[in-house]
Amino acid sequence: MGEMETAPKPGRDVPPKKDKLQTKRKKPREWKNPESQRSLSGAQDPFPGPAPVPVEVVQKFCRIDKSRKLPRSKAKTRSRLEVAEAEEEETSIKAARSELLLAEEPGFLEGEDGEDTAKICQADIVEAVDIASAAKHFDLNLRQFGPYRLNYSRTGRHLAFGGRRGHVAALDWVTKKLMCEINVMEAVRDIRFLHSEALLAVAQNRWLHIYDNQGIELHCIRRCDRVTRLEFLPFHFLLATASETGFLTYLDVSVGKIVAALNARAGRLDVMSQNPYNAVIHLGHSNGTVSLWSPAMKEPLAKILCHRGGVRAVAVDSTGTYMATSGLDHQLKIFDLRGTYQPLSTRTLPHGAGHLAFSQRGLLVAGMGDVVNIWAGQGKGSPPSLEQPYLTHRLSGPVHGLQFCPFEDVLGVGHSGGVTSMLVPGAGEPNFDGLESNPYRSRKQRQEWEVKALLEKVPAELICLDPRALAEVDVISLEQGKKERIERLGYDPEAKAPFQPKPKQKGRSSTASLVKRKRKVMDEEHRDKVRQSLQQQQQQQQQQQKEAKAKSTGARPSALDRFVR
Amino acid sequence: MKVKMLSRNPDNYVRETKLDLQRVPRNYDPTLHPFEVPREYVRALNATKLERVFAKPFLASLDGHRDGVNCLAKHPKNLATILSGACDGEVRIWNLTQRNCIRTIQAHEGFVRGICTRFCGTSFFTVGDDKTVKQWKMDGPGYGEEEEPLHTILGKTVYTGIDHHWKEAVFATCGQQVDIWDEQRTNPICSMTWGFDSISSVKFNPVETFLLGSCASDRNIVLYDMRQATPLKKVILDMRTNTICWNPMEAFIFTAANEDYNLYTFDMRALDTPVMVHMDHVSAVLDVDYSPTGKEFVSASFDKSIRIFPVDKSRSREVYHTKRMQHVICVKWTSDSKYIMCGSDEMNIRLWKANASEKLGVLTSREKAAKDYNQKLKEKFQHYPHIKRIARHRHLPKSIYSQIQEQRIMKEARRRKEVNRIKHSKPGSVPIVSEKKKHIVAVVK
Repeated sequence: MGEMETAPKPGRDVPPKKDKLQTKRKKPREWKNPESQRSLSGAQDPFPGPAPVPVEVVQKFCRIDKSRKLPRSKAKTRSRLEVAEAEEEETSIKAARSELLLAEEPGFLEGEDGEDTAKICQADIVEAVDIASAAKHFDLNLRQFGPYRLNYSRTGRHLAFGGRRGHVAALDWVTKKLMCEINVMEAVRDIRFLHSEALLAVAQNRWLHIYDNQGIELHCIRRCDRVTRLEFLPFHFLLATASETGFLTYLDVSVGKIVAALNARAGRLDVMSQNPYNAVIHLGHSNGTVSLWSPAMKEPLAKILCHRGGVRAVAVDSTGTYMATSGLDHQLKIFDLRGTYQPLSTRTLPHGAGHLAFSQRGLLVAGMGDVVNIWAGQGKGSPPSLEQPYLTHRLSGPVHGLQFCPFEDVLGVGHSGGVTSMLVPGAGEPNFDGLESNPYRSRKQRQEWEVKALLEKVPAELICLDPRALAEVDVISLEQGKKERIERLGYDPEAKAPFQPKPKQKGRSSTASLVKRKRKVMDEEHRDKVRQSLQQQQQQQQQQQKEAKAKSTGARPSALDRFVR
Repeated sequence: MKVKMLSRNPDNYVRETKLDLQRVPRNYDPTLHPFEVPREYVRALNATKLERVFAKPFLASLDGHRDGVNCLAKHPKNLATILSGACDGEVRIWNLTQRNCIRTIQAHEGFVRGICTRFCGTSFFTVGDDKTVKQWKMDGPGYGEEEEPLHTILGKTVYTGIDHHWKEAVFATCGQQVDIWDEQRTNPICSMTWGFDSISSVKFNPVETFLLGSCASDRNIVLYDMRQATPLKKVILDMRTNTICWNPMEAFIFTAANEDYNLYTFDMRALDTPVMVHMDHVSAVLDVDYSPTGKEFVSASFDKSIRIFPVDKSRSREVYHTKRMQHVICVKWTSDSKYIMCGSDEMNIRLWKANASEKLGVLTSREKAAKDYNQKLKEKFQHYPHIKRIARHRHLPKSIYSQIQEQRIMKEARRRKEVNRIKHSKPGSVPIVSEKKKHIVAVVK
């Protein structure tokens, strides 16, 4: 536990110069002197002053990066920034205090002295926990329709799975109520819920199909053919598809348009994952690199060399800090995505891991053959430590799909024998936010949420490596964009068009007078240019004089001064 | 082994009966709320667009006068009553909630030059072209009684404006000189003058109630002290000021509506530079009035529009115009800071909303919360180019639009010549004058 200390009060030094017509600025509230507060009985508050708040919790809610130095600006801007910073401190302390109201605690699994948690099997856990949690562990034996891929909806309440031989089903796995079960008569390669449990996207053998949760086929999107992997970006309403043809296609499901079809130029695309923090798609390639894509750019945002052989699986954690990759060289690596793109830890696995997934609290699961291994980290912020696995489990067939259920301590595994739901204490985020994803939402709440989510759908152009980039002042890109446009077009579209003399009536537009008018304007422009170049020369001379002065008032002249440019 | 699984009791998350509210647990952890900045940006964009969609400021047109409306006055106690004086000597009293005229008085022969209400609201004063000052009762005449003024004062010269003291039974008229009158007397208590030309308007300061300001035809604004019965100081501008208006919240700030298409906000203590020059009109500015909050003011101009300016900015935030509204002579901001009334040349008084997209009436608490949130979003993202473009966009009539282009070219040409003059002359011989000081000629104490 970190030390409990009061967060520092905002500085109350000399207040900035007040503008003449400004309204009264909000001052930080001052706490009354404890000695002055006496009750009728004479008793005193044994804990005077405000309640202490742990500093790291306050840090979590701070968004201003105080280490960045701002360029010197006007007094008014600086005073406004100071006010904003003081307000942010106050609000982050209040938000940290509101953490007291969070009702649930995360799960945990601790072995007794010397006991290895990895040796604990699911049956033991099921015996030891309460009935409701025990019911969350189930095994669906579906051997007939091929290995299964599965997906949980965003609230974690609904589960959809699709078998290789065409079996597609969607159910509310908590109440075990089946929503639909169909056979699409074609191979199913991947399945994803769209923004809510009402719509399903199924990547079939030939094309991409969208189904209702009652099993009714709504759309068949022929532009996305031979899709191997699907990823849904929930805040942008984009369905990203990776295909065998090497194309990464982004489909906007709210308007039904293909926003971008990017050629990854790396052959067949088999390995895809999204970074939930910034909505960037990570593609793993057979030359050991992972490339990062955004629909706004035709080239990858970044390429990271991860493994010596091909990359078999990629996963990114929910805060976008760590990326886990596993390759044909039997390595499992965790990379740091914010800052240096360097591997933080590596582990050699006896079997290559074909599937990876992160949980909301930072647990990492790897599916190797028919065994799944789960690694846990120290706290919520640290990467999982790959020394000792936290839990392991053997399934009845090789693993084909893995996902942690959001907001529950459950891991869903799709394998060739069906679908299994495993108990993993400590995997799910205990306190959800009712306005973002609420597993207990009613139909009305879902409708309201859907309307609001569509209204604040983020445009695809805003996807970039830093999602807070929109809050920065961006001068460089503007000039860069101008230069690129001139390069691309070959000429400057914003340059003044050459002067064309207007044809006049009554014989005033003979060739000679046209030439005269043109000459006049050209001479003017020439004069302007000469004036400008003279100005620039003058400025340069002044600068050189300044430099010369600065130098001459400095150190003693040396023999090497003649070589200084 | 010690094991505990995360298990939630649905009773804590689902409501018990249909009549209860839904339970919405909150967790403000930023990892559960990704993409804060882009989502807020999209919400701000939507809020700005909706503001433009709902911007319908025109409320009503009060019809009845038979000649152009020359002056307007507000009732000090009753929000729904306004008084207007027309160019044929008629004074009408209107009820704004019912939007009809409740009383008509043929007050003067000739123009009604000025109208003002007494601070208690029981009577009002008018001055006209027939050299008279008349005091009338605010309530209508009883049954069988004729419409008679309470009091008539006959003067020697034409009076061009009148204003009543905010606290005492004193009023001031202006014409050839500024006269201070006691209501009981027929002769002015004192007459003050400084300069040789006629004075077009006079205004009492609402905060420091002994101060007056007046505008004269020889391009100056003179400030008077009633207690000492002397003029205090004057500032001479480039062109004539039509009216001034004192800021009801700041004791020493007043705004002058000038003939050179600008408005100048002065601080009385330092008259050599205006605090702000407000430039947006394309023709002479005829009238100005402050909002009761003291943060904004509205100006009426000879180009057929009215503009709302924030006190600390030099550009208007809003412009109201209609095809039917011709030269706007007078404008007033109602005392609840929600509506603007303007009287124009074509005999109509129009009622507008001060915030064009505001929803009138009582708002529920959810509506209020949504409105506040949208307001804050618009403020936070106001500098982003797409949002700025949408928020700034106003449709202008072609005459005003083409005038703006023309004046911009003229200003640019003047500026270029100025820069060239400075560049090609001995450094220091041509003084560089800031835009603010350019229009002030002199300050005399």
